[in-house]
Amino acid sequence: MQVTSQQFKRKAAEALANPKLRKALSNLRARMVIGRAQSVLELDNLEQIREAAKSARDFALAHLDHLLEQFERNACARGAQVHWAETGDDVNRLVLEIARRNAVRKIIKSKSMLGEETGLNHYLEAAGIEVRETDLGEYIIQEARETPSHIIAPAIHRTADEIADLFQQKHKLPRKTDIGEMTREARMVLRPHFLTADMGITGANFLVAESGTSMIVTNEGNGRMTTTLPRVHVAIAGIEKVLPTLEDVAFILRLLTRSATGQSISNYLTFTTGPKQAGDKDGPDEFHIILVDAGRTRVLASDLRAALRCIRCGACMNHCPVYQSVGGHAYGWVYPGPIGAVLTPAYVGLENALDLPNAATMCNQCGVVCPVKIPLPDLMRKLREQQVERGLRPWSERLALRFWAWVALRPAAYAWIARLLAAVGRWAGGSMRLMHKLPGGASWSRYRDMPAPPGKTFRELYRRRK
Amino acid sequence: MRVGLFVTCLVDLMRPSVGLSALKLLEDAGCEVLVPATQTCCGQPAYNSGDRRAAQALARKVLREFSSCDYVVVPSGSCGGMIKVHYVQLLEEFPELRSEVEHLAHNVWELADFLVSVLAVQRVAGRFEGTVTYHDCCSGLRELGVKLQPRELLAKVPGLTLREMGSPEQCCGFGGTFAVKFGDISAHIADEKCADIAHTGADAVVLGDVGCMLNIEGRLRRRGDAQTKVVHFAEILAGVTNDPS
Repeated sequence: MQVTSQQFKRKAAEALANPKLRKALSNLRARMVIGRAQSVLELDNLEQIREAAKSARDFALAHLDHLLEQFERNACARGAQVHWAETGDDVNRLVLEIARRNAVRKIIKSKSMLGEETGLNHYLEAAGIEVRETDLGEYIIQEARETPSHIIAPAIHRTADEIADLFQQKHKLPRKTDIGEMTREARMVLRPHFLTADMGITGANFLVAESGTSMIVTNEGNGRMTTTLPRVHVAIAGIEKVLPTLEDVAFILRLLTRSATGQSISNYLTFTTGPKQAGDKDGPDEFHIILVDAGRTRVLASDLRAALRCIRCGACMNHCPVYQSVGGHAYGWVYPGPIGAVLTPAYVGLENALDLPNAATMCNQCGVVCPVKIPLPDLMRKLREQQVERGLRPWSERLALRFWAWVALRPAAYAWIARLLAAVGRWAGGSMRLMHKLPGGASWSRYRDMPAPPGKTFRELYRRRK
Repeated sequence: MRVGLFVTCLVDLMRPSVGLSALKLLEDAGCEVLVPATQTCCGQPAYNSGDRRAAQALARKVLREFSSCDYVVVPSGSCGGMIKVHYVQLLEEFPELRSEVEHLAHNVWELADFLVSVLAVQRVAGRFEGTVTYHDCCSGLRELGVKLQPRELLAKVPGLTLREMGSPEQCCGFGGTFAVKFGDISAHIADEKCADIAHTGADAVVLGDVGCMLNIEGRLRRRGDAQTKVVHFAEILAGVTNDPS
């Protein structure tokens, strides 16, 4: 996907001025945040499970080489074909090769954020292959020619009204407003595609090393049909998705669905081990798994490694006051919100996403809800440090910080300046004791008044008191 | 008991009454309070802006200034969290300071937490006629576990009624330099906080961090709310007001 993260500020401003987006995003707190809070109450040892999940993910990352080879051996033993892709382009090329070899004309897809990373749909369409997204949210944004704004709820930025308009225009059927009816209509439109597709593409929530299984977590049933109906199934998965055992998957799932949608368990869990076996009633003739690096080993070797623990639940963005305000598109790439503020610079280059690690209040709401305890604010701070080290911050900011630090290290100068500011502030605040304009601080005073200081610093009052 | 008071730079400049209140509360509880005259800032603005070296220099300064104290008390969860949670990692390049840093981190307390957990304060000097709502500032809440302590203390204030807002733990949008770098997003987040406060109909919103106070009060006033007071819990407990000096 094209990276537009450098336009974060402009896009955020547009988002704040968009009343329809405001309405759509209000669902986040109303549904996702409350849903998660209620469902984690079912776990009487939530903190222990989080700690265990963190350890399991850390273990997998520390033994990635071994586990991936074990996965490959076991998957191949069951008849799957395993491919290794170093870059996103390699992924696209491999998928197209498999499609060409099998004379594929139509592909159905269940949701894959990795596919968004590599721009897979555009690549396949440019090669003359029809690609149909089948996750309802993905279907909506494909029809609207948009990109996902959330990793598990890709069309969360659209209101039901807007989707009703879109369906009416695209389906050429009478406009429906009931969400259930709209969903049935989409299902009716999609069903023939399921039945005529030659290939199904899925992502993978986890890869299980001990059994060579790739698995997905879904709610709509489209994933199950994508893995079983077409004659070829291709699963694309980041190499960090591997876990040693099914047991690991089972307990991490207790956190994943609760953190994501507030469900105790999702409607479907689809485990795919090899293609159709002798005696199976359904399943693909060929099953390919593409293991993708695309920057992951670089992150693994960096001090951002903890970000690779991510199990893609979306809780960090659901709970983020910034994401709640501007939505996902402002972040300008595949992954929005706090995890996106770390992964985007890590995958596409810090210089291409300068605002993202800074666009956070460091409230750490993300850190406390993350099911695998990724210290997101700490990782953002590391990226901020890298920006300073690499001279990527604007000179005005660097100068201001340098000056402030110089003063703060010199108590006499500091006391004198504070005294001056306190006196001037008192005067500027007038009888209302409010400053409406701050010289040099317009980015504060454009939106807020500044309560005026009372005139004397604590230091002065303390000395007087003594 | 020698208690060092880390006043914080925002209190020193913008809201000295909070420092005076903290001083009074600690002294009333029988502490010998030390206020090092050379103190300035904990280094958090530099730390969160990625200027690690400047932050380290300031952290080392704080370390020197408070080395003789049994406890260090901070009327801010944000600066308290900086010292308690982040100094160890910030100064890890200086192994010779390690035991000193860990000692400081172990003995630094957010004011409300200290009054409740260490001093077990039973009676407070202040009184407040009216209803207040309490905003949990992020660092105090999520880094230091400050949640019930200020509420417990406010419950001892004669005349005061606490009415909780819908989402007291939701960030107010301040975030230090965030409020300046992303003023529009910050103001939007603050708007939700202001609406939540207004919905309670409280006479005052009480909190424990001057940074968040400036943000919330600044946005409330800009929205045209001249009534709702924005007060630090220490001011209420000590009965000290923020009048011009």
